[in-house]
Formats: sequence, C-alpha cells, structure tokens
Amino acid sequence: MAIAVFALILTRNLFSVIVLSGIYSFLMATILVALDAVDVAMTEASVGAGISTVLLLGALHLCKSKEAKPVHKPWLPLAVSVSTGALLVYGAFGLPEFDDPAAPIHQNVVPRYMQNETDVPNVVTAVLASFRGYDTLGETTVVFTAGAGLIALLRRRKKAAPEGARRKGEA
Amino acid sequence: MVGHFFYIITVFLMIAGLFIIIARGNLIKKLVGLSIFQTSVYMLYIVPGKLVGGTAPILSSQYTLYSNPLPHVLILTAIVVGVATLALGLALAVRIREAYGSIEEDEILARDHAVRATEAAKEEYA
Repeated sequence: MAIAVFALILTRNLFSVIVLSGIYSFLMATILVALDAVDVAMTEASVGAGISTVLLLGALHLCKSKEAKPVHKPWLPLAVSVSTGALLVYGAFGLPEFDDPAAPIHQNVVPRYMQNETDVPNVVTAVLASFRGYDTLGETTVVFTAGAGLIALLRRRKKAAPEGARRKGEA
Repeated sequence: MVGHFFYIITVFLMIAGLFIIIARGNLIKKLVGLSIFQTSVYMLYIVPGKLVGGTAPILSSQYTLYSNPLPHVLILTAIVVGVATLALGLALAVRIREAYGSIEEDEILARDHAVRATEAAKEEYA
C-alpha cells in the first residue's frame, strides 16, 4: 500500500494515477476485511474502487491526460506535511492502545447495541437503520446537494457552448 | 510503541494525502490526494474498534467476541459523503477546464494575472 502511495505521488500520467488509486482502494478494502469491518469493505470496494474510478476516468476524458512539471520546489509542502505528521504522532501516543478491551470506544453505547433489541443479526444494519437513522438523512441531504450542484455546473456548460458557437457563427 | 503502530501508518497516509494536495498543481491529482486523506480517516476510526480474536459484528450463537460496530456505521456514511465530494470537485475541475483551457493551478493563476493586467492597461488608456 505504501508502494502504491509513493507511486501516486511520483507518477505524472493521470491515467496511471487513476488506476493506482483504484488499486489503493482495493488494498484498503482488504485491510478493512482483516479489521472485521465487512460492510465498510464492501462499500469501499464498490464505491471507492468502482464509482470513484469511473468518475475520475470521465473527468479525465474531458480534461488533459498529462500533469505539467511542477514549477515550485516541493520543500515547503514537504516541511508542512511532515511537521503536521510529527505533531499527530505525538498526539496519538496519548490515545488508547490497539486491542485494548477497556478503551472508552468499547464501553459506552456499544454493549446496548450488542443486545440485539431489533432482532436483526447484523448489528451494523441495526445501528444504521434503527439507532442512527438521522445520519442517513444527513447523508442523503449531502448527496442531494452534490447532485444539484453537479447538474447546475454541467447544464450551464451545455447552454454556454451553443451560445459561444452561435457567436462564432455570427462573426 | 507496538500498540500505537497503527496510528503511525494512519498518519503516514494522512500526510501523503496532504502533501499531494499542497504540492501538486493538477486539480485531478489534488482530488486523488483528498481521497487518500479520507481513507486514512477510515483507518483512524475502524482500527480502534478491532479486538484481536473477535469477529465481524453479525450476531451468532457460535461467537461471543465481536468488533465494535459503531465506527463501521459512521464510516459507511463517510464513504458516501466522500464520493459525493469527489463528484462535485471533478465537475468543478471540468468547468474550470472549459473556462481556462487548463486544470493546472499555475496556468490558471497566470491567466488570471494576465487578464487583470490587460484590464488595468485598458483603464489607463481610457
């Protein structure tokens, strides 16, 4: 996975970048299966590696396929990211360790979710639909807003194109 | 140190995404960097919920130890929101490409400066 990320940073051909990001998403889905998050892994494989790749390829079809050589030296961004990373690692050592059953994440509401109040054996589905339904409402709002924005952006383009063509024809 | 190793991996992915977003001028590449940053956040949420020896949170009489389902629910929502963001960003990139003829940040800025300079010159002439 680290190799895929380094290749992503260094590659300039955008088609390879998109294929690499698809590979990266599949690797991430594999890791999620190993971490027992099967629902998330399925969503990541279909949405992250499927739909995102299709969207990126569609956008690439409408744009140029080559990235220009950077004008600036990458030292300032590198310093910013590495110092942010160092700060985050320093902060992470104050968090609970991996595989600690006494960590707060396993203590608060989760024992109640595990009592199977809704008679749905898949706890993720039960929590998603019965306990945290408002999350999905918010998610639907976000997707609707994004869809409306997409239509607004791309329809304006279609209207603008014939106008430009007409002006060229008049001239 | 061993118990915190996964935080280091997560932070590595996070700064790799951040570096791509800041250092690369191409808008599509910036969006790929943004999605790497997002996947690092998935790791940050999912990994603390894992218990070694546990199984996926689908209840069955054969198992007693399950991983924590709550981060899975939150991240399912985050993945869908992430792809909505990506789609909107790509639509903006396509629109910018039509207005400026380029999706490189430097070329777009250079064109903006050139337009502003011509306008200033016109005003001076008038």
